[in-house]
Amino acid sequence: MGLLNSLISGLSLGSVYAIIALGYTMVYGISKMLNFAHGDVIMVGGYVSFILTMYVGMNGWLALLVAMVACTLLGIIIERLAYRPLRGTGSLAVLITAIGVSYFLQNSALLIWGANPRVFTSLFDGMQTIHAAGGQLTITPESMFTIVANIVIMIALTLFVGKTKAGKAMRAVSEDNGAAQLMGINVNQSISLTFAIGSGLAAVAGVLMCSAYPVLMPTTGAMPGIKAFTAAVFGGIGSIPGAMIGGLLLGIIEIFSRAYISTELSDAIVFACLIIVLLVKPTGLLGKKINEKV
Amino acid sequence: MKKNWTRFLVVALSVMMVFAMTACGGGSGDSGSSEGGDNVLHLGGTGPLTGPAALYGTAVKNGAQLAVDEINAANPDGVQLVWDMQDDEHDAEKAVNAYNKLVDDGMQIMIGSVTTAPCTAVAAEANANRTFALTPSASGPAVTEGNDNVFQLCFSDPNQGIASAEYIKQNYADKTVGVIYNNADNYSSGIFDKFKSEYEAGGKQLAAVEAFADDANADFTAQLNSMKNAGVDLIFLPIYYTPASNIMTQANKMGYNPTYFGVDGMDGILDLEGFDTSLAEGVLLLTPFTPYSDDENVQKFVKAYEDAFGETPIQFAADAYDCVYAVYDAFAKTGLGTDAGMDEICEAMIGVFTSADFSASGLTAEKMQWNAEGEVDKTPKVCMIQDGKYVEQ
Amino acid sequence: MAEKRFKMNTKKLLKGAVKGSEYKKEALISYGILIIGYILLQLGAMAGMIGHNLQGQFVPICVYVSLAISLNLVVGISGELSLGHAGFMAVGAFTGILVARVLERSLSFTPLILIIAILAAAFMASIAGFIIGIPILGLRGDYLAIVTLAFGEIVRNIMNVIYFGFDSNGKLRFAFNHTIDGVANQDRIITGAIGATGVTKMASFTAAALLTAFTLFVVLNLKNSKQGRAIMSIRDNRIAGESIGLNVKKYKLMAFVVSAALAGMAGCMFGLNYSTLAPIKFNFNTSVLVLVFVVLGGIGNIWGGMIAAALLTVLPEALRQFADYRMLTYAIVLIVVMICTYNPTIKARVNMFMDRFKPKKKKAKTGKEAA
Repeated sequence: MGLLNSLISGLSLGSVYAIIALGYTMVYGISKMLNFAHGDVIMVGGYVSFILTMYVGMNGWLALLVAMVACTLLGIIIERLAYRPLRGTGSLAVLITAIGVSYFLQNSALLIWGANPRVFTSLFDGMQTIHAAGGQLTITPESMFTIVANIVIMIALTLFVGKTKAGKAMRAVSEDNGAAQLMGINVNQSISLTFAIGSGLAAVAGVLMCSAYPVLMPTTGAMPGIKAFTAAVFGGIGSIPGAMIGGLLLGIIEIFSRAYISTELSDAIVFACLIIVLLVKPTGLLGKKINEKV
Repeated sequence: MKKNWTRFLVVALSVMMVFAMTACGGGSGDSGSSEGGDNVLHLGGTGPLTGPAALYGTAVKNGAQLAVDEINAANPDGVQLVWDMQDDEHDAEKAVNAYNKLVDDGMQIMIGSVTTAPCTAVAAEANANRTFALTPSASGPAVTEGNDNVFQLCFSDPNQGIASAEYIKQNYADKTVGVIYNNADNYSSGIFDKFKSEYEAGGKQLAAVEAFADDANADFTAQLNSMKNAGVDLIFLPIYYTPASNIMTQANKMGYNPTYFGVDGMDGILDLEGFDTSLAEGVLLLTPFTPYSDDENVQKFVKAYEDAFGETPIQFAADAYDCVYAVYDAFAKTGLGTDAGMDEICEAMIGVFTSADFSASGLTAEKMQWNAEGEVDKTPKVCMIQDGKYVEQ
Repeated sequence: MAEKRFKMNTKKLLKGAVKGSEYKKEALISYGILIIGYILLQLGAMAGMIGHNLQGQFVPICVYVSLAISLNLVVGISGELSLGHAGFMAVGAFTGILVARVLERSLSFTPLILIIAILAAAFMASIAGFIIGIPILGLRGDYLAIVTLAFGEIVRNIMNVIYFGFDSNGKLRFAFNHTIDGVANQDRIITGAIGATGVTKMASFTAAALLTAFTLFVVLNLKNSKQGRAIMSIRDNRIAGESIGLNVKKYKLMAFVVSAALAGMAGCMFGLNYSTLAPIKFNFNTSVLVLVFVVLGGIGNIWGGMIAAALLTVLPEALRQFADYRMLTYAIVLIVVMICTYNPTIKARVNMFMDRFKPKKKKAKTGKEAA
């Protein structure tokens, strides 16, 4: 039963990583940049939702929607102001700028909301935890909803990218920026849309994460951000199903190594697994093999 | 080659601009207050004002500011205090930089640093430079080791570990005890080490020991399951209240409700915005300070703090408040004028602090005295949270 | 883009191979900056013109400059993104501290202890670089970056559970995971997450500057050697490099291990500059900080990285007047500087502006090269 409990916690944590990793992987796919500020957008989403529910008295679900809108806007603004001027200058320059944006968001949050941590009220407050198998097996509403949300988002995104015009345009841009432009696709718009979707999802991830692990601080997004980045690479960066598989696996490995090996070394074990996977599959589990031309 | 020149021009220009701006800002902003009167004593401190530990630094900054304002207002013709707190980001390197900056700015007595690792680094520098330092909250033993000029106002980590172990062995002998601690944190590991050796000294065993690495917002279900499976019904939490609140919330969701025993870092949990304080009912903690005390001075302090900063003060703020008064009283005893140098003050202050007839009273304790090692003589109080208040046990 | 760079670099490479004039110029500027910087700061300190705050940063500045130089070997010269430089620094720092603490008991000549500690640090860090380098250098681009990130985090995590200390008989004791019994507080050397305490401060400005000079010497010479040119040609086109019989893995590993060893030495100097050192110092942020120096200074530009490292180390201190807005200002400066130095439009404007003050002979050439 302990095994099953750990599996559920792992899936739930992994789902959070997966949703965050989606933002990384989509942005990477389309603009080949590592957006290290993504983790901090999660934090902003958490704070916006917290402020709305605590001070404005808004319903949690409505607050989630507003937070999504806010983060979407934030994502678009960040892309427009900080990343677009550097498009085409190589991924390293944008990487450093992204880190600058990450510092900026963290320190803005510190100034706006102060250093004192907040405890997030769960979106599913009031719902009962399911106890099965004579109280041995516990499923919290948070983990259930997080896992479901992850699956829904994944299906929706796959459909969006595969079937809609905007989604096809996004794929075209990520395949070949220049050719897409020649085909009459508005590259700027496609990239903005990607950032918008990624950041909106970050708000969802922020609210789900803070519902399960309720501490909200200006640095809350940093560690999940790095883990989700790892997850994205694990699954093959640029691949949407890869992000999901990577996220889930990472969550499960993390929880299992904590439960059965060592809580002190769990992060080391997670990262060691990543290295091993990459040694066997150098572009991640579902990553595309890059053929190099002379 | 040319590309590089351009780059450097831009970098150099922007950096120069910032320097120029800082020079201007400094000139117009601070100089008035810090160099105003003749009878001014400069107090300096370093602590985390940004980053994940910012709440502790901010509390110290505010707590000390209250005391400074009170002292200055109470006796406008006497020694006026100036309090300058610099950010150290909870990092030893930055703390040494901040300390050096304070020395440049004419600091005479230091109140800090706030956290242990930065304070250890600063203490060595302060010892070499002869700066007197009284730290409100850096409780690790390395802070005072070999530094005759550094004193602690809080009780040290090992003492907390020992006191907790003894209390649990005496009063909860029949409980199965487990520990969750932060193995990436100096404070937490320091308390845990001593707790473990003290608790297991009498032949008892800890049923489960689990750790986490600094991430306050982690998933604790693995650790909690391990506690639950080992039959633990009392969890010792030598950690700060932020991760503790997370642990309690998650345990509650799992339907697992053991007794929690915290140390002084647990103080603050009741004022955590958004936290369901009913989860903290029955929590035991060691604390030198409680904002719910009936003590008149404490009430006055809590009210002033809430008015000024809009928050209920945590123990760090009270410690800092006491530090300022202790330093102020001790300085008066040295008989030195405010024109005395840092090193002169240091030797005199060491003399006063270690003398048998000096004691300081404040919010966190009455009649605190210090030994030559710099440790304060203070007994930890065990409180239990009942009806959202601390009740002394 | 890549093609353009390849062309430009091949041109540079060929030139370098034939004349070495670029090398001479680069070496001259790099050593010049170091020597002039050292003399100015040393004189300023002696004349009492430099306050404690800046004086206290002399050693860290040298350390960060060294780190920027050594990371440039991987990022700039070998062309691989590394996000785990702090990991090697950590290995070096804790090895150095351990060795210094042990030697202190029998030796009293500090410079000798320092040298042995630094050598030991270099040795251990290069072993770490070798172990991690062998498997991962087959990876490309961002995948390699994430593995180096993972490596840095693993090192930090393991450091959190390592304990060293002397027991009452003065024997060195080691424990994994928990407290070592029979070791008094003051005889602890490394205590898990608490890190090293009671370190004697052995680093000095001169020693750190010498270390920087050594790092510079190694990297510049490697860059200008046969191996260095091989490394750079592999960076510019791996397949072309392979086709002319270059052992790609060997050369990449060489750059990686040398860089790791140099980072370890810098880490050792850093560790011996403070009385305490916690593993948390060597987290992802520190790796990124060094990467920022390299990128801001111009990837592959050694002296550019040196200046960027020195300026960005001092900058947060200079921003102290901003009080609460300090780190926010730092973030904004970082973003603005990155955009100003890399944005093509702004760069072109600045170039045009600069050209007014410059003799006009090169103008036509740059125009063509950019096209």
